[in-house]
Amino acid sequence: MLDKSIKELSEGLQSGAFSSVELTQRYLDRITRLDSRYNSFVTVDEASAMAQAKAADARIAKGEATLWTGIPLAHKDVFCTDGLRTTCGSRMLENFVPPYDATVTANFKQAGAVCLGKTNMDEFAMGSSNENSYFGKVINPWSDEIERVPGGSSGGSAAAVAARLAPVATGTDTGGSIRQPASFCGITGLKPTYGRVSRYGMIAYASSLDQGGPMARSAEDAALMLQVMAGHDPKDSTSIKQDVPDYAAALEQSIKGLRIGLPREFFNAQLDSRIQNILQDAIKVLEAQGAIFSEVSLPNVELGIPAYYVIAPAECSANLSRFDGVRYGHRCEAPEDLMDLYMRSRSEGFGDEVQRRILIGTYALSAGYYDAYYGKAQQVRRLIKNDYVNAFGNVDVILSPTTPSTTFGIGSKGEDPVQMYLEDIYTITTNLAGLPGISLPAGQIDGLPIGMQLTGNYFDEARILNVAHQFQNATDWHTQAPHGIHD
Amino acid sequence: MQWETVIGLEIHVQLATKSKIFSGSSTAFGAEPNTQASAVDLALPGTLPVPNEQAFRYAILFGLAIDAEINKRSVFERKNYFYPDLPKGYQTTQLDKPIVGPGHVEVDLPDGSSKTVRIHHAHLEEDAGKSLHEDFHGMSGIDLNRAGTPLIEIVTEPDMRSSEEAVAFAKKLHSIVTSLGICDGDMSQGSMRFDVNISVRPVGQEEYGTRTETKNLNSFRFMERAIKLEVERQIDVIEDGGRIVQETRLYDGDKDLSRSMRSKEEANDYRYFPCPDLLPVVFEDDYIEALKEQMPELPDARKARFVAQYSLSDYDASILSADAATAQYFETVAEHAGDAKLSANWVMGELSGRLNSEDILIQNCPVSAKALGQLVLRVKDGTISSSGAKKVFGILWQGEQNDVDQIIDQEGLKQVSDTGALEAMVDEVLAGMPDQIAQYKAADEKKRKKLMGGFMGPLMKASKGQGNPKLFNEILQRKLNG
Repeated sequence: MLDKSIKELSEGLQSGAFSSVELTQRYLDRITRLDSRYNSFVTVDEASAMAQAKAADARIAKGEATLWTGIPLAHKDVFCTDGLRTTCGSRMLENFVPPYDATVTANFKQAGAVCLGKTNMDEFAMGSSNENSYFGKVINPWSDEIERVPGGSSGGSAAAVAARLAPVATGTDTGGSIRQPASFCGITGLKPTYGRVSRYGMIAYASSLDQGGPMARSAEDAALMLQVMAGHDPKDSTSIKQDVPDYAAALEQSIKGLRIGLPREFFNAQLDSRIQNILQDAIKVLEAQGAIFSEVSLPNVELGIPAYYVIAPAECSANLSRFDGVRYGHRCEAPEDLMDLYMRSRSEGFGDEVQRRILIGTYALSAGYYDAYYGKAQQVRRLIKNDYVNAFGNVDVILSPTTPSTTFGIGSKGEDPVQMYLEDIYTITTNLAGLPGISLPAGQIDGLPIGMQLTGNYFDEARILNVAHQFQNATDWHTQAPHGIHD
Repeated sequence: MQWETVIGLEIHVQLATKSKIFSGSSTAFGAEPNTQASAVDLALPGTLPVPNEQAFRYAILFGLAIDAEINKRSVFERKNYFYPDLPKGYQTTQLDKPIVGPGHVEVDLPDGSSKTVRIHHAHLEEDAGKSLHEDFHGMSGIDLNRAGTPLIEIVTEPDMRSSEEAVAFAKKLHSIVTSLGICDGDMSQGSMRFDVNISVRPVGQEEYGTRTETKNLNSFRFMERAIKLEVERQIDVIEDGGRIVQETRLYDGDKDLSRSMRSKEEANDYRYFPCPDLLPVVFEDDYIEALKEQMPELPDARKARFVAQYSLSDYDASILSADAATAQYFETVAEHAGDAKLSANWVMGELSGRLNSEDILIQNCPVSAKALGQLVLRVKDGTISSSGAKKVFGILWQGEQNDVDQIIDQEGLKQVSDTGALEAMVDEVLAGMPDQIAQYKAADEKKRKKLMGGFMGPLMKASKGQGNPKLFNEILQRKLNG
């Protein structure tokens, strides 16, 4: 049952092979038994999950079920859930219970899915290893003799899906936060086009880059999740009014004649030769299905990381100002005056990495520095976007590595934050350009999974899901599970 | 030395939209604290702003009314600072790309001349909440009902040269926004708030002096006082050999004092940047053209019409046309009374005196325009005297009765206009006043006019106030001069 696809689970539920109560209980039991190892959940709400499962079973019995009715899933703890604690991995929101649902969680509720709980994450989605959570590190289920990171910031969702503690989970991606943990945990994760999925109720890190997306074991499951998540939302004026295609229907299209670009700047001497080989094998698989490969150039992508680390902190420095200890969230004990209330509440409530990025952003926006930093970064962002627009003039999809390495050991990146920032080198430009990208398992190095990334043109999620699905039809990397997770 | 005052204004105008600029909460004034604050207004995590089209429409109407360029693409920025009544920790406002570009306002000055005040720009922004500093046992209270109310901030060029000019401009602006129906104009509730930038320079000097900004003046009277006070202060400082410091000042209307709030050195770095939650707002020409078609009558056009249509003086017309509510009220009164001049006198006299003394807006006037029109009609056709009419007005003001003729009957205020009866009364009264008659006859023309009043008093008394004074006067003239 743990390896069943969403479609298979749905068929099982509707044929009466098992009930949603049984299915949900099974996952809740696994979380209780196994998650002390991984720490992938921050909050599990058994009572509410079981109540939702019962309601789903009642609908199934009445013949009112749809695809998602009764299927359990987990939400990254960045999505607000009505009546269920939403922490964003921060002490600041340790006791915050939102009185509203994010549009994404509301959509799944509406579709009949059962929420098992909220997954761990880097605090306020800032991090690439999930070592920055107030609720503790997440351990990658693929860990060998070394305890390894699941990646971040959606590390809890990635670990939970990899460890089969949830069939699927939601994530968010600002610079690679879905795709990098997907690569590290051997799962499939998609960051949609900016504006495709509503950001309402998704606690903002960097508003112009944040997108929610699916994290699953296959492109097919990811497509079914995206169907629920995507669409215009009047509550988010940056969400775009564009029809949502039938993603599942597009999966089976042939990729014969499809033009796939390989960016010269990513396939260079710095790329680990083992990853290079894995990608060459993947290219052969797709070539065998008729895809045509060519080199493309993205001349400005090397500026992606510096531009990102100005823009994202600048936006976060304003986005996180609302956490001031006045209306909700952490408030320091016995403040002496207003300034003391602000300073202590924020110093106590935010972890080091969050404080670092607020300071970077505040500095970058300061009078006298704005043009040199924020203004320049926005120019770079436009250049990078133009690079992609030019490339998509010649190709339909771009294939690249997702990450520069497989999962690394906890604590191994040391104290230098820049080492960690370089983790996002292949994913970050997709966010700056606002394009959709998917990471899917492409092979293993020393028994550890590694992903490849497919980037599509704007609103072309169906196409990259299609290519990913065709690859998965021909390979079994996505079905590999870490050791020690089966009952 | 002779000094010249230089004044520029920044005016915050609350737009009369039903809901807030970025949320669906009501903007009504006076509700229980925090009952009109939604998750968006409270800046709960994950909430996002959704622009209210009506606020944009109102801002564009204002731009069209002052003959300004409308920026078809306008951008919202975040102005970052911490304050407890600013829930997000930034104000969403406009900086480089405001919706309304340069324009101008023509102002009639008290001396009969007129002047053009240039508008630098006007931008849309959200209002903050309110901090309440009383009754919380050493803590401050926060009311976020006002947070997110749409404002346009109008910034003038430093074109005004005296407090009189500044006040005349402010009144004209009040008149424009109320005529457009984009602001209720209720200054006591903060619907229009003025920040005044003031500097002085020796007459003939081209360079501006160092300016100060006096913030948040919410009445024309306070504005006039605050300017006068600040001009005197600056001249005193300079003449005593001192230097004006660029600073923000607060004026306390109750104490008629101003004090420094903060100097430029202490000023915040607001770290403006474009708000990533809001896309640039783009308007097509068609949209703006359609709004031009919907423009209501503006004060200047209305004033010209009042002069032409009602034969009012320039002065009366400008007062009655200044705000839309007064203009509409006046026109209804005149329609029912059939006498524009007499209606104008009543609206500008008895009515506005009473409204001012009780601090009531004409929109909330307890006397309907129709009732006042009927009252003026009864004065005009001689049914009641003007003193009787004042009595009726007092009863109408109570708000319990609105039938003018019934009140006249019930109070016995109908004038006696039967000349036979009046003549008999005159004869009777004059019979008892031989000395006064002799005195009158001996007096010259000028003195006679004065003495006439000595007969009217007893006559009105004899008629229990109901004799038609105009007819009494005619009869007296005939008898005494004949």
